Amino acid sequence: MSRLLDVLREELKLTGTKEGCGEGECGACTVLIDGQIVNSCLVPVAQVEGATITTIEGIAHEKDLHAVQQAFIEHGGAQCGICTPGMILAAINLLERNPNPSEIEIRTGLAGNLCRCTGYMKIFESIVKACQSNR
Amino acid sequence: MPEHPFGKSIPRKEGRKKVTGEALYVDDLSFEGMLHGVTVRSPIARGKIKNIFFEGNLPWDEFTIVTAKDIPGGNFVALILNDQPYLASETVNHPEEPVLLLAHENRYLLEEARRNVRFELEELRPIYSLEDALAQKEIIWGDDNVFKKFLVDKGNVDEAWTNAHLILEGEYRTGAQEQLYIENNGAIAIANSKDGVTVWGSMQCPYYVHKALVKLFALPEEKIRVIQTETGGGFGGKEEYPSLIAGHAALLAWKSGKPVKMIYDRAEDMVATTKRHPSRTRHKTAVSEDGKLLAMEIEFIIDGGAYCTLSPVVLSRGTIHAAGPYYCPNVRIKSQAVATNVPPHGAFRGFGAPQSIFALERHFDKIAKKLGLTPEEFRRRNFIHQGETTATNQEIRERVDMEGLLNKALELTDYHAKTRRFATERAGNVRRGIGFASFMHGAGFTGSGEVYLQSVVGAEATADGHIQLLAASTEIGQGTNTIFSQIASEALAIDFDLIEIMQPDTSKVPNSGPTVASRTAMVVGKLVESAVLGLKQTLVGSGLLADNYSSSDFQKACREYIARFGSLKTSATYQPPPNVHWDDEKYQGDAYGAYAWAVYVAQVAFDEITYEAHVEDFVALQEVGRVINPVLAAGQIEGGVAQAIGFTLFENVVWQDGRMINNQMTNYIIPTPADIPPIRVYFQENPYAYGPGGAKGIGELPMDGAAPAILNALENATGFSFNEVPLLPEKLMEGTLAQS
Amino acid sequence: MRGYIPGYELVTPVSLDDALGLLATDGWKPFAGGTDLMVLLEAGKLTHLKYVNIWPLDELRGIEVTPDSITLGALTSYSQVQANEVLVDEFPMLCQAASETGGLAIQNRGTLGGNIVNASPAADSPPALLAYDAEIELSSTTGSRWLPYYGFHTGYKQMLLQPGELLTKIRLPRNKTGWIHYFRKVGTRKAQAISKVCFSALAHVPDDRVADVRLVFGSVAPVVIRCVNVENSLRHNVLSATTIDTARQLLQKEISPIDDIRSTAPYRLQVALNLLTDFLFRLGPQVNTD
Repeated sequence: MSRLLDVLREELKLTGTKEGCGEGECGACTVLIDGQIVNSCLVPVAQVEGATITTIEGIAHEKDLHAVQQAFIEHGGAQCGICTPGMILAAINLLERNPNPSEIEIRTGLAGNLCRCTGYMKIFESIVKACQSNR
Repeated sequence: MPEHPFGKSIPRKEGRKKVTGEALYVDDLSFEGMLHGVTVRSPIARGKIKNIFFEGNLPWDEFTIVTAKDIPGGNFVALILNDQPYLASETVNHPEEPVLLLAHENRYLLEEARRNVRFELEELRPIYSLEDALAQKEIIWGDDNVFKKFLVDKGNVDEAWTNAHLILEGEYRTGAQEQLYIENNGAIAIANSKDGVTVWGSMQCPYYVHKALVKLFALPEEKIRVIQTETGGGFGGKEEYPSLIAGHAALLAWKSGKPVKMIYDRAEDMVATTKRHPSRTRHKTAVSEDGKLLAMEIEFIIDGGAYCTLSPVVLSRGTIHAAGPYYCPNVRIKSQAVATNVPPHGAFRGFGAPQSIFALERHFDKIAKKLGLTPEEFRRRNFIHQGETTATNQEIRERVDMEGLLNKALELTDYHAKTRRFATERAGNVRRGIGFASFMHGAGFTGSGEVYLQSVVGAEATADGHIQLLAASTEIGQGTNTIFSQIASEALAIDFDLIEIMQPDTSKVPNSGPTVASRTAMVVGKLVESAVLGLKQTLVGSGLLADNYSSSDFQKACREYIARFGSLKTSATYQPPPNVHWDDEKYQGDAYGAYAWAVYVAQVAFDEITYEAHVEDFVALQEVGRVINPVLAAGQIEGGVAQAIGFTLFENVVWQDGRMINNQMTNYIIPTPADIPPIRVYFQENPYAYGPGGAKGIGELPMDGAAPAILNALENATGFSFNEVPLLPEKLMEGTLAQS
Repeated sequence: MRGYIPGYELVTPVSLDDALGLLATDGWKPFAGGTDLMVLLEAGKLTHLKYVNIWPLDELRGIEVTPDSITLGALTSYSQVQANEVLVDEFPMLCQAASETGGLAIQNRGTLGGNIVNASPAADSPPALLAYDAEIELSSTTGSRWLPYYGFHTGYKQMLLQPGELLTKIRLPRNKTGWIHYFRKVGTRKAQAISKVCFSALAHVPDDRVADVRLVFGSVAPVVIRCVNVENSLRHNVLSATTIDTARQLLQKEISPIDDIRSTAPYRLQVALNLLTDFLFRLGPQVNTD
C-alpha cells in the first residue's frame, strides 16, 4: 500500500514531485500515469505495475526546457515553486489534449492544482504564452 | 542580459531550478543515518500534566524521547516576551501544545508511537474568545490576559462630539486565517555539544531561528548555524514559527546523536501553527454637515492565542493603520492584544492592518450612506494630503494623490455606470454590486524598528569576477533573488548574470533583518545598492576601474584586485532617513518611512438561490514608488488579492474546544483556479527618495483592500450590511432572509 | 501521513473470478481507484486492512450501448463518463456530476462503482444515477443479480450489499428523451469541493401536466434521497403556485439536513427549497397564479 509519491521521492530519489496535503486536494504531487494526470499521494504503488509514469524530471530534454517551463520562468508562473512541478504537468497535459484552450478550459484543466502565491493570473498567462510559442 | 535591468521584467533568477524540479526544499534533503522526528501534543486546551504513559506494544527503547527536562539551555522561544516554552513541562495552555518529542528511523512506526503516548491531565477552565479574555472570565496570562496595549491620542476627541452633525458607531470582526503555504513547515538538524547545532529549514528569518537556538542550547553564537532551504511559501507563517520546529528537530538531534528530520503533515501544520489574529474593531465617528471627519474613536482588539509571540507588533501595525489615509483632527485609538487558550496566533501578510482597515473601510461606506453622500465623495472630502498629519501626527511629506487614484480606479472599472445598472438589473437569480476600498500600507518596521534592527548587507567579488550578495533576506517566492540582482546590476551597470545570491546561511551572511514587513525591497534592497557601490568605489579608488567600463572590464578589475590583495568585500549598514522621529511612549510621530497608497475595486455577483457571492472582476490600483520588476510586482499583488479574497469569502477556521477541527485542505477552503476572478493590476510611480531606485514596499499591501471592497459591493448588491469576515453563504443567507 | 502502511495488505487478483473468490473469504474488501480509501488511510482513519486490488480488472470497465440502455462497468472513471457521447447526449446530469467531482486528477482515478459503495450521502454522481433510474449488478462467487439502485442505500453508510458481493455494472435505461434535466451541486467552491447540497431533477412535461418527475437530493439526509412524497404530489398535476407550495412543504418533511463541519441545517434546507422551486419554475409557463 506504499504511496506512489513516497516511492518516487524516497526510493527513486525523484524529489521533484512534492507533498502538499496528503489528501488529493492540492495537486502538488501530480504525475502522469499513461498520459493522464493523477495525484500520486492517492495511488498505491502496486497499481502502477506496467504503467509509464512521467514526473517533472522527465519533461526537459537536457538543457532544453519545455515551452511551458520556459513560459513559467519568463511570465511569472512560478513564485515559490512548490506547486510548480504539479502545475506544469497539469498544464502540459491540458495542452496535449487541447492545444488552444480557452480561459475556462485552462481554469478547469488546472482546477485540481492549488497555488497560494500567484493568484493564478500569471499561471494562466504563462500557459497562453506557451501555446503561442508552440504555433 | 540587459545592463540596466531596473524596471524590467527580468525572469526569476532561480526560475530554472523551480520549473525542472531541481530546487531543493527541506523535505528533499536526506542525511546518512537520519532519523525522523515528531511532536507529541496536548489533547486539551488548559491543564496540568500529571503523568505521561508510553503504551501499545512498541519497542520504546528504540525511540529517542525528549521532554522539557532534556533542554540544555532555556525552555523558551526567544522572541519578544519569551513566554512560550519549547516543550510544556507542568502546564499546557492550548490544544496541540508541544509536550514531548520522539525520533525513530522508521517514519510509519514513529506515527504509531505518537498515537500511543497518553497523557494524564488535570483540566483547568479555558477561555476561547477575546470577549472572555477582556471580561477576565479566567486569568490565563499575566495579571489580566493582556499581552500589550496601545493608546494613540491626537487632538481632543472628547470635545468633538458636541459639534457633530452625525455620530455613527459600528462593530466589525475578522476571523482567523491559515497561511496555507503549499510546503508544510519542516526542519533538519544536526546537533552535538562539540560541533554545535546546524539546522536546515523552510523559513523566512534565519537570524530569528539563530537567536532562539542560542538560548535553547545556551551555546555561543558561532556554535549555531541556520541555513534556509528553498522555501515553498511563507506569508508570515514562517516568520517566527520555524524557531519552534527547528528547536525541536535540534533537541532530538542533540539527544540521539543523529541527524533528525521533522516535517509536518498538513493536518498538523494547520492545527498547531500560527494563524492570522482574529479581531474586533469598534468605531465611533463624528462628522460635520459637509461630510468632514471631526473625530474618530477606535477600539481595536486582537486575539493573540496562548502566548505572546508577535502580538505586540501585530497590534502596533493594526493600530497605526486603523484610521487610514484620511485627515482627521481628533483621533483616539485604544488597542489591546489579549490571551486565549488557542494555539498562538502570529504573522500573516498585512499583520494587523487587514483587520483594522477592513473595519474602517466598511464603516466609511456606512457613514457615507447615512450622510446621503456617495462612498467616493465621502472619501474625497477626507483624504489626507501632503502637509497634513496622520493619526499618529506624522506629517505626510511626499506628494500623495488619493483622489487621483480613486478617480482612476473608478474609471478603470466603469464604476459609475455599473453602480447605476446594478441598482435595477436582475439577471436570472443574480444580483450584482460594485464597491471599493481606499487605503495605505506602511513599509518597513514601525518607528525606530529599523534602527533597532541595524541591518547589514555584504557584497563580495569572487575570483572569477562575479559579485556575491550576502544577506539574510530570504527568497520565499516573492522575488528577493531577482530584485536584489537587478538592483546590484543596475547600480554597477554590469551584466545581471554576474550577480550571485549566497544562500542565507548564518555562518556566511550578515543579519539584514527578517524577511517581513514589506521591507526587503525598500530597506534591504537599498543596502544591497550601497554595498555594491562600495565595491565599485574600492575598485575605482585602486585605479583598476576607469570611468567608462563594460561588464567584462568590471569582471577583470575584480579578478585583478583579488589577485593583488586577496579579497574584495564590503558591507553596508542601515542608516535611517533624516527627519524620521518616532516617540515609542506616546506612540506619536513618523510611524513609517514610506507608505504605498491604493484603491481596490471589486465587482461581485450574489446568487439568490445558493446565497453564494463570487467576485467577477477585481481592479487593484496602487502607487508604489517605483516598480523594480513589473511581472514580479504584479505577481505579488495578484497573489495577495487572491489570499484576501480567500480571507473574505472562503476561508473559515472552524473551532471546537480551542482547536481547529477543519484542519484538512478538503475542509479549509482556499480558492482554486476556477474560483479566482480576473485580477487587473495597475501601478503608479512616485519615487521614494530612500528606496532603491525609488521603490517602496508592496508585499503586504494587497492583503488590505479586498475584504472591505467586497463587502461594500455586497451591501450594494443585497442591501444588507455585513460586518464580519469570512462571509460565507450561510451568513449571507441569514442576512438577506432577515431583510425580507 | 498518519497511516501505518506496513499494516495493510493489497493483493492483486488475476481475474474477476479470482477477485470474487478472495472477496468471498473473510475480511477482504475491494480497492478501486483509491480516491476515497487513500484519503482515509493517510488521515490514519482506514480501519479495514485487507484489500483486493480490482483496478487492473478490465472486465469491470467498458461502456455498452444498446437501443434500450447503456451499461457502464463499475470501474468507469469520471473522465470516461464525460468522454462518452451517449452519456453526454442523453444523461447530461451524470456528466455534469462527473465534471464537478474533484478536479481532473481525481476524475481520472475515481470510479462510479467506488463512489456508490463508498455510500456517502454527499456523493455527486448518485443523485444523477437515481434520477435516471439506474440499476446495478452485484456479483459474487454464486452468480450475479440486478437490482434497482433506488433503495440500495438503507441508512448512513449502509447498503444492500451482501458479504462477498462486488458491484460490477451500472445500467441506465435510455428513456428520458424530451425530459427536462436540472443538476446543481452547491459546494464550498467551484472545484475540489464536497457538496453542501446536491440536486438532480428530471421532469416529463408533455402538456400542462407533470407526467412524471424525479427529485433527488444529496447532502440533506443520511443517504442520497429520492423525494418520492414530493414527486407524488406533482405527478399528474398541473403546476401552479399551490402545487409548488405543497411540494415545498413536503420537501421540508422529507429531507433532514444537519449541521456539520461544512455547513448548517438551515442553509441546506433553504437552498434545497430554492433549488426545487427554481426547477419547478423552469418547467414552463404552466405555472398559474392562484
